[in-house]
Amino acid sequence: MKQEVVVNDLVIRFSNVNGTGSASANEMFAKSIFRMGIPVTPKNIFPSNIQGLPTWYEVRVSEKGYLGRRDGIDLLVGVNPQTLKRDINSIRPGGYFVYDSSKKLHEEYIRADINYIGIPMIQLAMEHYAKPRLQQLLKNIIYVGAVVTLLDIELEVVKQVIAEQFEKKPKLIPANYQALELGVNYVKENLEYPLNIRLKRIDAVGDSIMIDGNTACALGAIYAGATLMAWYPITPSTSVAKAFETYCKKMRIDAETGKKKYAFVQAEDELAAIGMVIGGNWNGARSFTATSGAGVSLMNEFIGLSYFAEIPVVLINVERGGPSTGMPTRTQQADIISSAYASHGDTKHVLLFPSTPAECFEHTVKCFDLADRLQTTIMLISDLDLGMNNHMSPPLKWDDSQKYDLGKVLSAEDLEEMTEPFGRYLDVDGDAIPYRTIPGTHPTLGSFFTRGTSHDEYAKYSELPEVYLRNVDRLAQKWDTAKTLVPAPEFYQEESKNSIGLIFFGTTVYAAVEAMMMLKEEGIQLDAMRVKAFPFHQEVEDFIAAHEQLIVVEQNRDAQFRTLLINELELNPARLLSVLNYDGTPITAHHITKHIKNQLTATV
Amino acid sequence: MSYDKPKFHHPLLKKNKVGYIKTDYEGVISTLCAGCGHDSISGAIVQACYEISLEPHRLAKLSGIGCSSKTPTYFLSNSHGFNSVHGRMPSITTGANMANRDLIYLGVSGDGDTASIGMGQFVHAIRRNLNMVYIVMNNGCYGLTKGQDSATADFGSVSKAGSDNPYQAIDLAGLALELNATFVGRSFSGDKTQLVPMIKAAMAHPGFAFLDVISPCVTFNNNAGSTKSYSHVREHIESTSIFDFVPKEEEITIDYPEGESAELELFDGSKIQLSKLAPDWNPTDRFSAVNRLHASKARGQILTGLLYINTDSKDLHGKLNTVDKPLNKLTQEELCPGSEALEKVNASFR
Ligand SMILES: Cc1ncc(C[n+]2csc(CCOP(=O)(O)OP(=O)(O)O)c2C)c(N)n1
Ligand code: SF4
Ligand SMILES: [Mg+2]
Repeated sequence: MKQEVVVNDLVIRFSNVNGTGSASANEMFAKSIFRMGIPVTPKNIFPSNIQGLPTWYEVRVSEKGYLGRRDGIDLLVGVNPQTLKRDINSIRPGGYFVYDSSKKLHEEYIRADINYIGIPMIQLAMEHYAKPRLQQLLKNIIYVGAVVTLLDIELEVVKQVIAEQFEKKPKLIPANYQALELGVNYVKENLEYPLNIRLKRIDAVGDSIMIDGNTACALGAIYAGATLMAWYPITPSTSVAKAFETYCKKMRIDAETGKKKYAFVQAEDELAAIGMVIGGNWNGARSFTATSGAGVSLMNEFIGLSYFAEIPVVLINVERGGPSTGMPTRTQQADIISSAYASHGDTKHVLLFPSTPAECFEHTVKCFDLADRLQTTIMLISDLDLGMNNHMSPPLKWDDSQKYDLGKVLSAEDLEEMTEPFGRYLDVDGDAIPYRTIPGTHPTLGSFFTRGTSHDEYAKYSELPEVYLRNVDRLAQKWDTAKTLVPAPEFYQEESKNSIGLIFFGTTVYAAVEAMMMLKEEGIQLDAMRVKAFPFHQEVEDFIAAHEQLIVVEQNRDAQFRTLLINELELNPARLLSVLNYDGTPITAHHITKHIKNQLTATV
Repeated sequence: MSYDKPKFHHPLLKKNKVGYIKTDYEGVISTLCAGCGHDSISGAIVQACYEISLEPHRLAKLSGIGCSSKTPTYFLSNSHGFNSVHGRMPSITTGANMANRDLIYLGVSGDGDTASIGMGQFVHAIRRNLNMVYIVMNNGCYGLTKGQDSATADFGSVSKAGSDNPYQAIDLAGLALELNATFVGRSFSGDKTQLVPMIKAAMAHPGFAFLDVISPCVTFNNNAGSTKSYSHVREHIESTSIFDFVPKEEEITIDYPEGESAELELFDGSKIQLSKLAPDWNPTDRFSAVNRLHASKARGQILTGLLYINTDSKDLHGKLNTVDKPLNKLTQEELCPGSEALEKVNASFR
């Protein structure tokens, strides 16, 4: 089975049992590759469970910088007996299966077309460590040592990463080093190494960082000046809250008093969480929540209140697999329609779609500015893949000259200088956005009554048809203002020159960019656009107008984004084809190319 | 529709310490049914705020949905108001309070709004000891949706249609006591002498102050056999004490009989003066309040007055240890860590 040597292009999968400490070992493995200057994408595929169920950790290494998932596993480390059969079958022909040879592998697991590499992991661990928990934890490091050697990863880099990981518990470092060496030495003494698939230091990551989207969102909220986070735990959004608290403790403590310049409230449910956010923003403190799936459903009534009473809300929706409880630890982009039109009555909401952690940061900051400017709910639509997996990303950027846009808020002086009476819902300058006042601003001027019932320009209750129409028509006009404020799309060509245009958003970008390269190699040229926001920017309309045929790539069953485009831009549905991926795993370039080719042959 | 009241100022109307006359604390004309208990409670709120010389813009009034929740339009026109969604006033008040700890928060709710749809938010606001006054205008029914029984309707209470309520009532004051609310009182819309000082004391209390105010619905629940009718309440009311509130720097003027009188100093220096009518009850002893409540209930009586106060209350801001300056007054300079700090964050992810 001699194969040619492949450098810096492979997919490695670790198959583990959750709750056994494998996650941190696997993360150190991926980090080491990143430190060798090689683009890498780790993905944690985990169950909604605390202990005992299968988890996988997949690492794609791509010198060319493709960061999407790729089909075809080159090497699989299988230490979970429950999934052996499935794991072994998932390896590409000619690939490698690294297993624990402490026990003999049963006949039924033998495939003729793959290579078997046995490492007596548990046996080595038992020989060197007395405590069962330690044996279990360090077994993970033993296989890391073995794989590192097999793939020619620099041992010094791995040791450095381990040292950093245990910075706060330095006593654990020697034991980890020892376990690492056990794996390394076993390979060196007993096996041929390195394998035909291997890694080599390059300089292809520049100033990139490896960070998850949720942490980037939390940092964005801190930089945007959020002082209240109200939330209720739900995967995959919980780590936004966790990161917000962690970084607030570092960045938002008053030096003199030790008191907190933020309030962090774990609510009793998502209704209360968004209620608190509405109360906070109504009272002039930037407030936000993060949730997912069922949580967004529960928030619907309040989202309508925010829309109609015109109160800023920032909502980070980290999508997971639906419907219902669905696949809580799998990824999808299936909350598009339910977010865009959340709540009863005629409502529409601004959505931003980040693709990278850097954009999670930037767009979260933008959400706060937009919420204050437009006085309504702004949702950041992320997903489990972006939120919970580490991604290689451009660094987070903050320009110190950047000023918060707190929108149209009247101060006590403004109120005193006014010659006309204050009208909370009066459009005085034609952008359909009225001025607001914050409670307590002035002893006698500017107070008003906020309500979710129909109201006139002065916030007085009214069900008169003409009053209602003036108000809701102004809200529709405000939507047009929103269109001019949201981020423009990104294009992947200088100018449109092909008749087919590819449209995608969010985390689909990774696979889509790679797919375009693959298609190009086969002579299929496409123009492409990544949409960053709803309402659709004028440039989105222009791109669509410039292409006869459009292909919308998205990660849900019902082609929700396509529906939104057709509905909002009044497009002929026949012009929009779909490529869909909704099995809960992140979309791959292979999936996209295959379906695009099928679609094109079908329509020609 | 709401109507603006003509603001007629009688030259003799007395200004309070902050320069406001009583009508400055009023709102638009009520559109509730004539005789509705809720209107009397609105009147008591106006009187209390006038008498303690509250600057109206220093208070925010919030409510849920229901006839009761409409009342914030009928008092304190110079205060910001928020008529929110059904049962969710506590969460909005929580957020508002987090944003600015310096204002007084007055939440108004109904028994439907609190004891059914909003039960979760009510008990959690208690649990957090949110600094607010929480008034339930309790009429034992859903007024606005035309009189269905609410969860506070007493077992056996007869509805207007003539049926007996087969369910046990949720006693909101009893529940608040059970949950360790730091201020619990019960009153009756028809007893302003008791209600007005209770509202004042509740506003001075630095934590969750709960007032369960029985407030008959004349249209749907004032019939014979209803335990929330004016006549039933008048016949069965009893009280823990004669109660008065003395703002700070004011002299105590009422003399209560020796032995039964008690004086409690509140956080801001104001005082509660009371003359106990129930000898085995002590306002700072929660168990005595619970016992007293059960004893009255067993006799078919309605116990009103101050039930319990914890004079050592630590509110949510205290629990969270937030800065003294209201969060909504912190500037970008105080909140944004800046590019240099972000570079360090970036470096930690390489
Ligand atoms: C989500 C929701 N469900 C139902 C209603 C209808 N509704 C309006 S008021 C009300 C009950 C109000 O009862 P209560 O709080 O006791 O107020 P009251 O009118 O008796 O003062 C209901 C059920 C609503 N507004 N919102
Ligand atoms: S229906 Fe009942 S609660 Fe509502 S306004 Fe009339 S009397 Fe008051
Ligand atoms: Mg009621």
